[in-house]
Amino acid sequence: MTATLLGSADAAAASAPSRGRARRRSRHLKWVLLFLAPWAAGMVLFFVYPLLATVYFSFTNYDGLNTADFVGLRNYVFMFTSDPLVKAAAYNTLWLVVILTIGRLLFAMGVAQILTKVRNGSGFLRALCYLPSLAPPVAATLTFVFLFNPGTGPVNTILGWLGINGPLWFNDPNLSKPSLTLLTLWGSGELMIIILAAMLDVPADLYEAAQIDGAGPWMRFRKITLPSIAPVLLFGVVNSIIFALQYFTQAVVAGSVASGSADAVGNSKLIGFPDNSTLTFPVWMYNEGFRSYHMGYASAMAVLLFIVSFAFTAILIRQLRAGKAEAS
Amino acid sequence: MATLTATAAPTRSAALRKKRHPRDIVGWVAVHAVALAMGIGFALPIVFVVLTAFMSDQQALTSDLWPRSWHPENFLEVFDKAPMLEFFGNSLLYSVLATAGMLLSSIPAAYALARLRFRGSNFIFMLVIAAMMLPPQVVAVPIYSMWANLHLTGTLWPLVVPYFLGDAFSIFLLRQFFVTVPQDYFDAARMDGCNEFQMLYRVLVPMTKPGLAAAGLFTFLYTWNDYFGPLLYVGEKQDSWTLSLALASFRGMHQVQWNLTMAATVLVLVPVIVLFLFAQKSFVKGITFTGVKG
Repeated sequence: MTATLLGSADAAAASAPSRGRARRRSRHLKWVLLFLAPWAAGMVLFFVYPLLATVYFSFTNYDGLNTADFVGLRNYVFMFTSDPLVKAAAYNTLWLVVILTIGRLLFAMGVAQILTKVRNGSGFLRALCYLPSLAPPVAATLTFVFLFNPGTGPVNTILGWLGINGPLWFNDPNLSKPSLTLLTLWGSGELMIIILAAMLDVPADLYEAAQIDGAGPWMRFRKITLPSIAPVLLFGVVNSIIFALQYFTQAVVAGSVASGSADAVGNSKLIGFPDNSTLTFPVWMYNEGFRSYHMGYASAMAVLLFIVSFAFTAILIRQLRAGKAEAS
Repeated sequence: MATLTATAAPTRSAALRKKRHPRDIVGWVAVHAVALAMGIGFALPIVFVVLTAFMSDQQALTSDLWPRSWHPENFLEVFDKAPMLEFFGNSLLYSVLATAGMLLSSIPAAYALARLRFRGSNFIFMLVIAAMMLPPQVVAVPIYSMWANLHLTGTLWPLVVPYFLGDAFSIFLLRQFFVTVPQDYFDAARMDGCNEFQMLYRVLVPMTKPGLAAAGLFTFLYTWNDYFGPLLYVGEKQDSWTLSLALASFRGMHQVQWNLTMAATVLVLVPVIVLFLFAQKSFVKGITFTGVKG
């Protein structure tokens, strides 16, 4: 698996082409085009064109209805100098990128490490740890807003039994993002499974040899486990960063449900509750583009989001390339 | 790698079983106590949700954790408050069509990337990864305008059609499965005179059913759970709402207590849990294949 991840199709292509192979190649080019045609159409319609259009719109005052007028860099200038809320939104998203990435990685590694040690009932336990990650984000968010609701929620009730006066959680601007973090950790089962699989892939005799040499558990973790699962961890880091950069649903739903408002979720009045503490960059972008119809401005925000996320995707692609070079 | 969960664990436990020290027993107890606490921690949120879903309206206003009397009729009342069946139908339509479209369009693309040699295949694979990692919000404005110009916003079409034109994540996942099939099978099929299309449907598809199941499950689940897409395209049109969309607004719009809100949450969770119980192996296998290894 490790070796075949990228290399398989190229192994033979490297050898000198004979005339028969050249003929076969042109024959199956037809198949390649046929098989890739739907994907290519989708790529143009839903990736290349909209990406270019977003860049174009970002230099206009497009509002979704009237023809877009060119406004130069005005959207970018507004974003970086005068938009009163974009700073809060960027800060919130940055906060989530840092805390969610570190939190998810450490939490998933910790749980996976425990899971490798469990001998009895491990299948059931793995299922239990993984299941919450499948829950629809809306349902999971409602679950946590209920669990942590300050008045009657089970968490504060149990804290009360212990004599602790529970905080306001999702209703406290200082705790709303940490509460979202707990919700996200609960649903990080996919990462756990990926890391668990990588940990189980490490040959057991490596550990036995290290143990004979007198290496303690921490030493074994640092010198054997960590280097062995490093590629998977890098994937986990990039994946978590991209996940946090597009953090939207949980923030929108938690904000509006915790506010107790009677409006439909997604309504602009409810966004960012409490005190814009859950106003993430994509949430503000959605609000600007699709509630206020400042689509030109939303496009400028999208360009910024793209640049940041693509920088991290590039790291992942480089790792894939390096892995391929190693394999061949 | 493919059988990771099954193979690695027994060898190590067998090595341990040879010499059972008293220290091993203490370790066993410690590990299993921590693991048990962890399992309870993961399960508790759902337990509280279910318990609250059975409470009476009055009790839902209190901080009680256990229902004093059980009210299964809460689940029926959810259907009175909102047309949940209609929303369920919309969700199902979205998920089923998207999954079918994904399989039709992504299996051939993944096959081409995994098994056919052609110039630029690596570049295309990198494009697939780039598309897979793209936050959907980045391209939302032009795509929304496109559907608005076609007067299709407010319908499920904008959500479903892209899946018929190749889904990046699914192509990536399917390719990971397809490269593991030994070349011999394809060589033998070619000897028998199969063309590429026949090899795809006679050799590859029957041999990679777990992979296809995993890709299908992930697409189904992703669309079932999707909130941003439906909010963008059908948010203004309640007739086309999906379950996720309806659930998010359920408490606010109908001014109900937590008991009904949690009953609605359970109703949305149940299909996902059932799906998982039936296809646990495919899920786990699919997940491990997405962990990019160098």
